[in-house]
Amino acid sequence: MSILIKGGRIIDPSRNFDKVGNILIEKGTIKSYPEDIKKLEKDSAVKAIDARGKIVAPGLVDLHVHLREPGYEHKETIRTGCESAAAGGFTSIVCMPNTNPINDNASVTEYIMLKARTEGVVNVYPLGAITKGENGETLAQIGEMYEAGCVGVTDDGMPVMNSKVMRHAMEYVKAFDIPVISHCEDLNLSGNGVMNEGDTSTLLGLSGIPSASEDVMVSRDITLAELTGTHLHICHVSTVGSVRLIRAAKTRGVRVTAEAAPHHFTLTDKAVAEYDTNAKMKPPLRSETDREAVREGLRDGTIDVIATDHAPHSEDEKMVEFDQAPFGIVGLETALPLSLKLVEDGVLTLNEMIAKLTHLPSAIINVRKGTLNPGEQADVVIFDPGQKVKIDRERFRSKSKNTPFNGWDLKGVVLYTIVNGNIVYTKEPLKNSGSK
Amino acid sequence: MAFERQHILGLQELTAEEITLILDTAESMKEVSERDVKKVPALRGVTVCNLFFEPSTRTRSSFEIAEKRLSADVLNFTTSQSSVVKGESLLDTARNLEAMGASMIVIRHPMSGAPWLLARKLDSSIINAGDGSHEHPSQGLLDLFTIRQLKGKIEGLKVVIVGDILHSRVARSNIWGFLKLGAEVRVVGPPTLVPKYIEHIDVKSFYSLDKAVDGADVVIMLRIQKERQDSEFFPSLREYSRFYGLNREKLRNAAEDVTVMHPGPINRGVELTSDIADAPGSVILEQVSNGIAVRMAMFYLVASARSSP
Repeated sequence: MSILIKGGRIIDPSRNFDKVGNILIEKGTIKSYPEDIKKLEKDSAVKAIDARGKIVAPGLVDLHVHLREPGYEHKETIRTGCESAAAGGFTSIVCMPNTNPINDNASVTEYIMLKARTEGVVNVYPLGAITKGENGETLAQIGEMYEAGCVGVTDDGMPVMNSKVMRHAMEYVKAFDIPVISHCEDLNLSGNGVMNEGDTSTLLGLSGIPSASEDVMVSRDITLAELTGTHLHICHVSTVGSVRLIRAAKTRGVRVTAEAAPHHFTLTDKAVAEYDTNAKMKPPLRSETDREAVREGLRDGTIDVIATDHAPHSEDEKMVEFDQAPFGIVGLETALPLSLKLVEDGVLTLNEMIAKLTHLPSAIINVRKGTLNPGEQADVVIFDPGQKVKIDRERFRSKSKNTPFNGWDLKGVVLYTIVNGNIVYTKEPLKNSGSK
Repeated sequence: MAFERQHILGLQELTAEEITLILDTAESMKEVSERDVKKVPALRGVTVCNLFFEPSTRTRSSFEIAEKRLSADVLNFTTSQSSVVKGESLLDTARNLEAMGASMIVIRHPMSGAPWLLARKLDSSIINAGDGSHEHPSQGLLDLFTIRQLKGKIEGLKVVIVGDILHSRVARSNIWGFLKLGAEVRVVGPPTLVPKYIEHIDVKSFYSLDKAVDGADVVIMLRIQKERQDSEFFPSLREYSRFYGLNREKLRNAAEDVTVMHPGPINRGVELTSDIADAPGSVILEQVSNGIAVRMAMFYLVASARSSP
């Protein structure tokens, strides 16, 4: 079936395109931007979507998602994770290897790819582990995982502490020209920390994770990227120190990119004040100074992209003592309204925000996504940036509801998500709702 | 004023007026404890559960005596007898106790914030009997009570807390209690155990015991957990004791009528020398008996808050 998206404001930062117009989708690809649509409107084989007053953008791309399958299907599955992504406006997601078994060889990669093809409604790009079993010692089957579809390697959740192993990983991936994606954390400095070290941790009597725990590893990994010339992508930047180090590295031409998560540019460690385990994640929510630095990093381009670090955990797992609760929160279905808040606050323009959620992340993993260029696969999101929404975790498509944003009043509603020319999510607008 | 809190989770949340009300109420409770028949019917028909996830002889006994003097039915629940070892969650354990009729739960737990979890999810009143490194409000209150009795007031006193500030729940409750009632609070210990952030709430921190006790009216010694010496916070107990152990010599610059307190149990020769612990002016045993009166006051006020419309 063909789809005609009519009269929306089309924003495609990959081509510096920002105009009101129409898009015709045919056979799963962006066919054209027709000006005269009278004929098409009469064609019963063409489904028309009225997008007047709405934003039409490339489907969003998330570099940091935990789909939990295989192994932790009670938290999320590839199917529910993809549905959650679609509801959040994402059409391509990159999934982390810390499943059970860990994605450290091609057979696990193939399993994920197969499940994603048969059950997933969005494009799924797996990342392989850097080391076998994420043990930090011996390299995983990086080449075979690359052939099976992995777009990068990462140690997310279990950082490679041995600098020599990290150096070898960075050298080895050059054969396949994929990035090393690093969760920068010195596990010794983190110790048994459960939240940011600062005023709040001191008063709550919770063990702190100092920001130095992130900074020293960002520094190490930048040094190794400089040594090897490999593309280093730094996950979920949360500290003023990381932003400073990455900015300096970029200035001297190191191949480094970085992401920030919506919770880090929105919240501070004060959110933990009543031992809310939905404010517990790694890296932890930091101080106001850190939050401001992350926002400034997004603004000046030091931080290239927005990525959610969607980390589902069941209610039972989170409804325990703060020390016992697992790290992580879900993010796919709140990322767009929280990012739009950056636009409202004047940190980013709407176009910059869309760029950080579309073609910029695509470029980091080297896939042809995040664009509305004619001829490309039709991955599109249509959203209303002004429509008010009250975050209701019970309505999440994700299997897990662990969010600190429940009940928040935000703006930005996804109306349609289209993947490969198929509508995979729609929000039927309620009567009397929506902005002018 | 009327006490309106359903729970007592820490002194951080309490106002100076609420703290003073508890101390005043404890005065009359102390009078009960001095009678021949040490019992009043305030909690008759109320089931109080002491839910202890950490070994504790003195705090638990003190709570239990306080409950019994108020005529409550007492249920003791400790980890060794519980289903917790079988993997039952804290919330499920507490819900079961509530189902058995407990309307007040006294909880001691090794993890900070555990009482908050129960307060959020249960109908029972939660009394924090010490949570991780967070707070130990009844200890803080009894220290305030003891000092108020001894010195007649809290306001304007110079109070020094010595030792492992980072991990001590007694320190946090004492800091809040003394600050709120107008004392000057100083903390001192090895820099690894004195978090720099503590200064942000108007507490002065020191690394030298001599300097910290200069002019002090009250010195509160914290118990040093012997296991800390294996985790790189300080080189040895011997060295700790040399720099942060209290003896007559180190007290020479304190106020003449300085009071030394210790929440117990004392590591004699580490935090304190015996000549101080057993000195005529020592209030360490007085603290223990005041603990019962203060805990009775806590139950009494929370129970009246629960029954008022």
